[in-house]
Amino acid sequence: MAVQLPIFMDNHSTTPVDPRVLEEMLPYFTTKFGNAASRSHAFGWVAEEAVDYARERIAKLIGAQSEKEIVFTSGATESDNLALKGVYEFYKDKGNHIITCVTEHKAILDTCKRLEKDGAQVTYLNVDKTGRVDPDDVRKAITDKTILVSIMLANNEIGTVHPIEEIGKITREKGVLFHSDAVQGVGKIDFDVQKMNIDLASITAHKMYGPKGVGALYVRRNKPRVRLVAQMDGGGHERGNRSGTLNVPGIVGFGKAAQIMIEEGKAESVRLAALRDRLKKRIEDKIEETYLNGHPVHRLPGNLNISFNFVEGEGMMMAIKDVAVSSGSACTSASLEPSYVLRALGVGDELAHSSIRFGLGRFNTEEEVDWVANLVTEKVKHLREMSPLWEMHKEGIDLKSVQWTAH
Amino acid sequence: MAYSEKVIEHAENPRNVGTLDKDDPNVGTGLVGAPACGDVMRLQIKVNDQGVIEDAKFKTFGCGSAIASSSLATEWIKGKSVDDAEKIKNVDIVQELNLPPVKIHCSVLAEDAIKSAIADFRKKQEARKAK
Repeated sequence: MAVQLPIFMDNHSTTPVDPRVLEEMLPYFTTKFGNAASRSHAFGWVAEEAVDYARERIAKLIGAQSEKEIVFTSGATESDNLALKGVYEFYKDKGNHIITCVTEHKAILDTCKRLEKDGAQVTYLNVDKTGRVDPDDVRKAITDKTILVSIMLANNEIGTVHPIEEIGKITREKGVLFHSDAVQGVGKIDFDVQKMNIDLASITAHKMYGPKGVGALYVRRNKPRVRLVAQMDGGGHERGNRSGTLNVPGIVGFGKAAQIMIEEGKAESVRLAALRDRLKKRIEDKIEETYLNGHPVHRLPGNLNISFNFVEGEGMMMAIKDVAVSSGSACTSASLEPSYVLRALGVGDELAHSSIRFGLGRFNTEEEVDWVANLVTEKVKHLREMSPLWEMHKEGIDLKSVQWTAH
Repeated sequence: MAYSEKVIEHAENPRNVGTLDKDDPNVGTGLVGAPACGDVMRLQIKVNDQGVIEDAKFKTFGCGSAIASSSLATEWIKGKSVDDAEKIKNVDIVQELNLPPVKIHCSVLAEDAIKSAIADFRKKQEARKAK
């Protein structure tokens, strides 16, 4: 069977809306268009009922005790901002210390930088060479001034899954709040706010086959009850945590996407891990000098992040332009620095520039995987023939011994 | 960021990829950039007795714009005298390939590669004369 081009293998950046999700959303644009905050007429009641139904489904997906613990936002960046800034503002008289890690998403790191300007002290924990935080490091970093620990469930670039349950045990024992940016992992890997002692969690619809522009922050209401200072002032929606008219169609879609994950997430992850392993094997069998970035086991099922030594990532992406992937190469960003995540793992700049992230998702097929593996094999060979580094490597020159002219 | 058609055309059909004998006294080799920066260009020229570049080859580790810049550079210098080739400026490459601001360093590297290859060639000639 011929594959249809282009092929989307960048499912960590976003995912297409599942047709079943779209179908459930549509009436909420047209006939059921009411404002969920309209308490005095049927249009409002219908919208509110739909929102509450979605809230229940999302609460169930993450193991929340009550749907009241779900605060809808515009997406995970807003959820991360609300969690960190909201907690800091409320608890700063108790303590000003926050613990996070160096490979977090910019929505966490840049929010922490902002809070540092406001007087917060932030500890950025290092990770091991597979990208994992050591729970012992979390324990050692906690002081009597610590109010919050924020560690992501799974990393968006390298797919590494953190030992969240172990960290949750420590934060609970120490009486420190625990936030997790769970965007990449929720629905795909084990995630339960009760079992893992998580107090706040950021999630978003568009990474799980729902629409863009809608996310949620889980805020624990019981043991402990987490308090936040709202970051958006207005009508006091979402129990005063986030003012603004609710995005009803988006929320309905988010709820349906969560329901599909509850029913199919586990089986889907098994299928995606098998596809990912197939892609990895086919690439590694045919191409020498490849390096896996991230953890071999504790890893998102659809994630394959691999460096093709002596081939630059953006050049590679251009050569395989019928396949949408992503790279940790500097050239993909406005700055000329390669990925800070790969650097934190101790991956050398050369290999960081050579990294490609494949992100498999619900709609990828085995035929696509085989087609992509063949294309990648062919193009790596082609680009290496064009690479002076490959030629030097083949001549036995140690590239580290060469005096390069940095520019 | 979308690539210009010319960048895509050069990156997909690069001209003059290859290697010249770096020990040949008529060959000058320039190796510029660094793997840690994500671009390395090697540009080689073969100069005849009249001082004309009769062949040019390159190999580049880098993004599409870097590959296109070096491909274009070899195309332009072939058939030129060494002195004329030396006059090629990075802005000429930027204009020809429609490079956006973040890719200007690719053109700078290509200019450096030409200059470096010429300098290597001249050094060899000086050494030969000195003998």
